[in-house]
Amino acid sequence: MSAADHPILDPALAPPFPVAALPVLRNPQLRKNVAHAIDVIQAKRGKLVAEKTDWQALRAAAAAIKDETLANLGAYLEQFEERCTAAGGHVHWAADAAEARRIILEILRETSADEVIKIKTMTSAEIQLNPFLEAAGVRAYETDLAEIILQLGQGEPSHIVVPALHVNRAQVREIFARTMGLPELSDDPKALTAAARNYLRQKFLSIPTAISGANFLVAETGGVAIVESEGNGRMCLTLPRTLITLAGIEKVVPRFQDLEVMLQLLARSATGERMNPYTSLWTGVTPGDGPQNFHVVLLDNERSSILGRKTERQTLRCIRCAACMNTCPVYRQTGGHAYGSVYPGPIGTILTPQLEQLRHAQSLPYASSLCGACYEVCPVKINIPEILIDLRARVTDQERKTVGKFFDPMYVGLRVANLIFARAWLFHFAQWAGRIGAKLVTRKDGWIHSLPSVGAKWTQTRDLRGLPVQTFHEWFKDRERATPAGTNRPPGTPAGNKGAREQGTNGAEAR
Amino acid sequence: MRASLFITCYNDTLYPETGRAVVSLLERLGVEVEFRAGQTCCGQMHANTGFRGEAFSQAKRLVRLYADAEAVVIPSSSCVAMMRDQYPGLFEELGNETLRREFKALLPRVYELSEFLIDKLGVEDVGAYFPHRVTYHASCHGLRALRLGDRPFRLLAKVRGLELVPLANLDRCCGFGGTFSVKNGDVSSAMLTVKLEDVLATKAEFCTALDNSCLMHLGGAMHREYASMRTIHMAQILASTQEKPAEVVG
Repeated sequence: MSAADHPILDPALAPPFPVAALPVLRNPQLRKNVAHAIDVIQAKRGKLVAEKTDWQALRAAAAAIKDETLANLGAYLEQFEERCTAAGGHVHWAADAAEARRIILEILRETSADEVIKIKTMTSAEIQLNPFLEAAGVRAYETDLAEIILQLGQGEPSHIVVPALHVNRAQVREIFARTMGLPELSDDPKALTAAARNYLRQKFLSIPTAISGANFLVAETGGVAIVESEGNGRMCLTLPRTLITLAGIEKVVPRFQDLEVMLQLLARSATGERMNPYTSLWTGVTPGDGPQNFHVVLLDNERSSILGRKTERQTLRCIRCAACMNTCPVYRQTGGHAYGSVYPGPIGTILTPQLEQLRHAQSLPYASSLCGACYEVCPVKINIPEILIDLRARVTDQERKTVGKFFDPMYVGLRVANLIFARAWLFHFAQWAGRIGAKLVTRKDGWIHSLPSVGAKWTQTRDLRGLPVQTFHEWFKDRERATPAGTNRPPGTPAGNKGAREQGTNGAEAR
Repeated sequence: MRASLFITCYNDTLYPETGRAVVSLLERLGVEVEFRAGQTCCGQMHANTGFRGEAFSQAKRLVRLYADAEAVVIPSSSCVAMMRDQYPGLFEELGNETLRREFKALLPRVYELSEFLIDKLGVEDVGAYFPHRVTYHASCHGLRALRLGDRPFRLLAKVRGLELVPLANLDRCCGFGGTFSVKNGDVSSAMLTVKLEDVLATKAEFCTALDNSCLMHLGGAMHREYASMRTIHMAQILASTQEKPAEVVG
């Protein structure tokens, strides 16, 4: 088993992104699985987005709804609390992960539950709920097919919508056969689904307590909305007597009608469907129908501090569709585990460091080439590159005060570069000095094949063309001197063109 | 028409042939080209690495240097994107009112090369001749930040002798990303490998772009792999004529 099979999704303990990415980069099968899976989803998404002529208007509307909500978040949350309570629900407020876990455990203790069934919820992973419940003597059973695979196989999610994206069919068979005691199980999808169904039905029928997340909370009605593909979630929401819904405070939308915009965007962005197969909407408690003991735990966990920052505030618009990771060229190579966080991909690179108050996960804001593909697809128009740059500035401000980073070659280099760029004469001197230095490492073919220090990371896979004998500004100056402006010179006269003379041959033979 | 060429720090140092081509091209189109000797860097490297204060001081320098320019032409889409996307935030946060005003006045006069040709000069046929099989890499900043759209294709379509081969997954990043290429060198290399597969599959003689930083990345890998394809900035293709063919260096 490679290290990739045992990822650490706790930012406080996970290795930095460039290190955590290595086991995946060295695993061609895994890279192929990830690339194939997200390419399929992206292609479906692309087709369904293209058929919506009002897609850009929908995105703008969603961003506006979210911004309006965030600007009045306290009021909308209180409205939600009031309406939900009036409909028979109980609303709890949790300032952080520990408080949310404590509240949930107290509710479970009141109902003497020692087992719970769970709908796939990223927020419960964020607060590390399962290991906490386990330690408190409560067994949590995941009911989402992918989550079952991961729970039984003791794996970690690598994607927020399709968490077992990195596991292939043969591996699923192996996990089910081993943990369900089915040595004869085949890897036929039908057989695998039947095995899961059998396993699940027993849980649904015997465990009277469920924990869910929420896709949306509706302030106007006090209702909750959950979308899913399998129907297992619907089972958890309807069969048990007690239901606990854990939701981040940013999940609220003001009006029921806002769901019209959000649900159109979410299904297309997340799974490339016009509408997800199951959309559950409920408000409080309906006597004689569904859970009669209903709790909502509203989780802050740093969200209100994110709210206080102008640029970063956009992060809270996120509806967890995962379109950003499906389109991300970095995620495509590394998969989700390299991010060392339950939220991988571009959204993880901005959300996780903020949830951690930048104490951990300092490498995540740099895990992006800033190509902007995520911003392009984001249904709520989160400008992820802009936030990444902001977070990088905050990380740098923190780090540059430390002794270790003061002497770090990259930090030294950037400080020196800044001094040089402040004065053209110094820049020109540095170019001259660089040219002399480069000569020492330039091979006969005119290229640099190996560089020292940070440059070695460049030359590990690419060459660098040797420095030309004349910079552009030197050429331009020579040319001005030879034929001053205003004299009648043919266009582009290469007067004094030392560089072009010495280098201007077609260099095909220079290899 | 008098255009001020901001060549950018890395083109000045590493790719002077691109600058020579811009001068040759614009002069052929009747534009007077000036070059302000005080220019250095736009600050993108510092900004993207988190050195905001340093990026701001470079941005300030640049805005003052070109305050009275008629038009500023930049043959590097990522540097133009830096000015459009990041300068406003930098000046908002760290600048004063005068500086913000100077920047606001300058910005509409800043052009990426293909924007300058098509939007400002109104030409698509620049009279170029480049009898080669070429594929075009749409740099992320050109594609998504500047929204260059079909401008590069319209220019290439009018180049005599040029056969344009479409590149698969045109919108996918090559993995350069400035300091990303060394800070996350292994991930960057993996992205480059995937990109290079698409680029080489075109069987073109040249891969062109409006940004030498992507070409440095792709070209560096091509050279390492002994590929027969070469990289060339689009300015060099557009400057190329029958009498004076493109300089292909390296």
